[in-house]
Amino acid sequence: MKKYILSSFLLLIPFIIFSQTTFKGMIMDKNNPKDNLGVEDVSVHWLHTNVSAITNKKGWFTIPYKTEYKKLVVSYLGYKTDTILITSLKPIHHFLTLKSELNEVIVKTKKKATYKSFLSTANMFTVNSEELLKAACCNLAESFETNPSIDVSFSDALTGTKQIQMLGLTSPYLLISQENIPSVRGASQVFGLTFTPGTWVESIQITKGAGSVVNGYESISGQINAELVKPFSDNKFFLNAYSSLNGRLELNTHFNQRVSDKWQTGIYIHGNYRGEKFDKNNDNFLDNPLANQINVMNRWQYTDAKKGWVSFINVRFLNDEKQTGEINFNPELDKGTTNAWGSEIDTKRFETSAKLGYVFPELPFQSIGFQMAYSNHQQDSYFGLNVYDIEHESIYSNLIFNSIIGDTRNKFKTGISFTYDKFDELVNITNYDRKENSLGAFFEYGFDNLDDFSFTAGLRIDTHNLLGTFVTPRFYLRYVPWENSVVRASFGRGKRSANIFAENQQLFASSRQINVKDVGGNIYGLNPEIAWNYGVSYMQKFNVFDKKGDITFDFYQTDFQNQVIVDWENPQEISFYDLDGKSVANSFQVELSYTLAENFNLRTAYKYFDISIDYKSENLQKPIQPKNRFFANLSYETVAKENGSQWKFDATFNSIGKQRLPKTASNPVQYQLSEYSDAYQMLNSQITKVFSNKFEVYIGAENLTNVQQENPILASDAPFGSNFDSTILYSPIFGRAMYAGLRFKIK
Amino acid sequence: MKKIIFIFSLFLIGFSVQSQEIKKKKNAKVTFEVDGICGMCKKRIETAALKTKGVKFALWDVSSHQLNLIMDERKTDVLTVQKNILKVGHDVVGLDAQKIAATEEAYNSVHPCCKYRDEEIVLDHEGGLKKQKKQ
Repeated sequence: MKKYILSSFLLLIPFIIFSQTTFKGMIMDKNNPKDNLGVEDVSVHWLHTNVSAITNKKGWFTIPYKTEYKKLVVSYLGYKTDTILITSLKPIHHFLTLKSELNEVIVKTKKKATYKSFLSTANMFTVNSEELLKAACCNLAESFETNPSIDVSFSDALTGTKQIQMLGLTSPYLLISQENIPSVRGASQVFGLTFTPGTWVESIQITKGAGSVVNGYESISGQINAELVKPFSDNKFFLNAYSSLNGRLELNTHFNQRVSDKWQTGIYIHGNYRGEKFDKNNDNFLDNPLANQINVMNRWQYTDAKKGWVSFINVRFLNDEKQTGEINFNPELDKGTTNAWGSEIDTKRFETSAKLGYVFPELPFQSIGFQMAYSNHQQDSYFGLNVYDIEHESIYSNLIFNSIIGDTRNKFKTGISFTYDKFDELVNITNYDRKENSLGAFFEYGFDNLDDFSFTAGLRIDTHNLLGTFVTPRFYLRYVPWENSVVRASFGRGKRSANIFAENQQLFASSRQINVKDVGGNIYGLNPEIAWNYGVSYMQKFNVFDKKGDITFDFYQTDFQNQVIVDWENPQEISFYDLDGKSVANSFQVELSYTLAENFNLRTAYKYFDISIDYKSENLQKPIQPKNRFFANLSYETVAKENGSQWKFDATFNSIGKQRLPKTASNPVQYQLSEYSDAYQMLNSQITKVFSNKFEVYIGAENLTNVQQENPILASDAPFGSNFDSTILYSPIFGRAMYAGLRFKIK
Repeated sequence: MKKIIFIFSLFLIGFSVQSQEIKKKKNAKVTFEVDGICGMCKKRIETAALKTKGVKFALWDVSSHQLNLIMDERKTDVLTVQKNILKVGHDVVGLDAQKIAATEEAYNSVHPCCKYRDEEIVLDHEGGLKKQKKQ
């Protein structure tokens, strides 16, 4: 019996030792599936000691214990570090909190509407949704009106479509992407930005100059990326209604719904309508097109933070119809006749995309991403007797691998991409078909010494059926010479095929003869466009009268090796030909931001552009491009009460210098324009009253100074004559217009 | 029977001993405490850790003072990393659970606003944090 007692004692020894000196517990994560809440490899240790343990596969840990140990620290990468007070030896069950959940809370407390990054290597700034609300209307093209780096101009006198420019170059030279998938390109170049409703946009990242090689070789003067609202973070329900005295009505609704722990979905519906005819300048032409648009998007988001998977699936359908021209034009009777001049532009677009991202749970610095997108864009249109149809089918795919070399100071991105584009165009009676495909590989290395110096060097090699095999280098660096200042520099190369008709389709609303000088190139007989962009930027933060501010000087140059010149200088024709000589765009900008008082901010910028092009005839400044621009934005908001209620005031002033106009000297006297347009000033303003976190209304005025171009359409009295031209538009057509809108949201 | 039970107990003891043995991992996660108070400290601590050959990833949390590392244990060890952090002036909690203080010389090299040993400055930062939260 004694022996048995002894042996059972022996048997118990190890347990007794354990029970006296160890403490047990389980670490769990709510996001894990129910049967497996435990988290492996979490480290726990006693505060101010090095006594530690790691959880096993089921999330359990056992840690040596002494009575003086009171506080247990639980830490796991990507999660909040918790300190737990231990009062008894009872095993604990502890839930981890995701770090990102925490960050979201912090971000909400203080956010800046426009954020110029001090740390990013590229000259990039972020515009978030709050800034986007300042320009109450209504789509991506109009989102840049409070932004000094992007210039908004108009495409033509008929559609009044807003065009954007950066560094003095129009949007075809920018890479405009939606969640890093190139979106506004090819057939959608002119109207594409108006096809993304403003309320869908969560934030915009704008990079000046040469950007990353990851998203392709096409960008020349910069990159604009729009992040859309995400089902996980967007309001459960959102409604926005807008009405303007210029006859425009818009409605936006968002519905977001959780489907399961990991799946979330959202439906976003946009509609706009303009049915009222305006002809305030009495030229017998509509000031604004009649329009209606239906735009529906469905997004699915999948997140599994524990395993490191994130995915988005998007489907979107758009139908847009515009009618413009003479006020009494009736499409059913007058289409294709000379009874009245009119135009219809009908666009249908379907697009779908999928993204899949995986972050290695053990290695937070390593990830793989895959993007895939398909779009079909179809535009059927006529302008008077000119017919222009285009169908553009596009496939984009990109595989990206992110990791480090040695440690996180040396990062790299590498991958391969494949694109396919099929164009099918009808220009009056001529068919233009074109297929493009390219296969590329890229590698981008980023170094950051974590202090005052970082650079990114990227290289991609693409083999393209029409552009050939070519190398695209891009480089940008950041250096901090002294406190609160940053110097940035960049250079890079871009190459693209110009879609001459899609990008310049305003030409159809004129009597100009189309003249393409075929030199045996692969794209409409023309050669691809190639340009180098160089830039330097200097930013200094300062503190004057105890108020913060910053000043930025930017100088950028784009030097074209080849460009498809669009020559408007003969009023009877439009010519497209390869550059023979020099085409250089210089831009200089100085921007000043200053906090005048609490919640009272001033942002102002002066811009100078020198864009000279060797035309066939002579070297000229680019037409309809002001040399000087001045911008100022004042914003003030009252301190928000606890329920979110507050007032917001915003005013934007633009001064646009004189612009060289395309030559009209050979026209009959009554159809001649002066050599330069006059300078003009514009003022927009908006007042928002936030009643609560749920509801707000806003009113505003566009073009308060009531600037109007006197004679936007040349020969509007004889639209089928040889001098008709609606392409020379340098200032607004429509005068002052008030608008009002409301926003309602349920979290 | 006795023998079996005895051996079984021995086996269990052996098992618990074995579990304490550490394998040298290529991507080992290590956590220890480093004293500091602000974003500048964070940068200094993380940089010192990263500059140690073999450390791949460093993340220091201002509120908990925990430094999370991912490192190649074949190339470096915790002691080396801690030495490098001490060199830039930050106290660490060593392997034996004792606080190791940085030398006075190293501590003096940190920016005046980072003097984490000075209670007043620590309080000032906490006050600062509170203010931020209120906003």
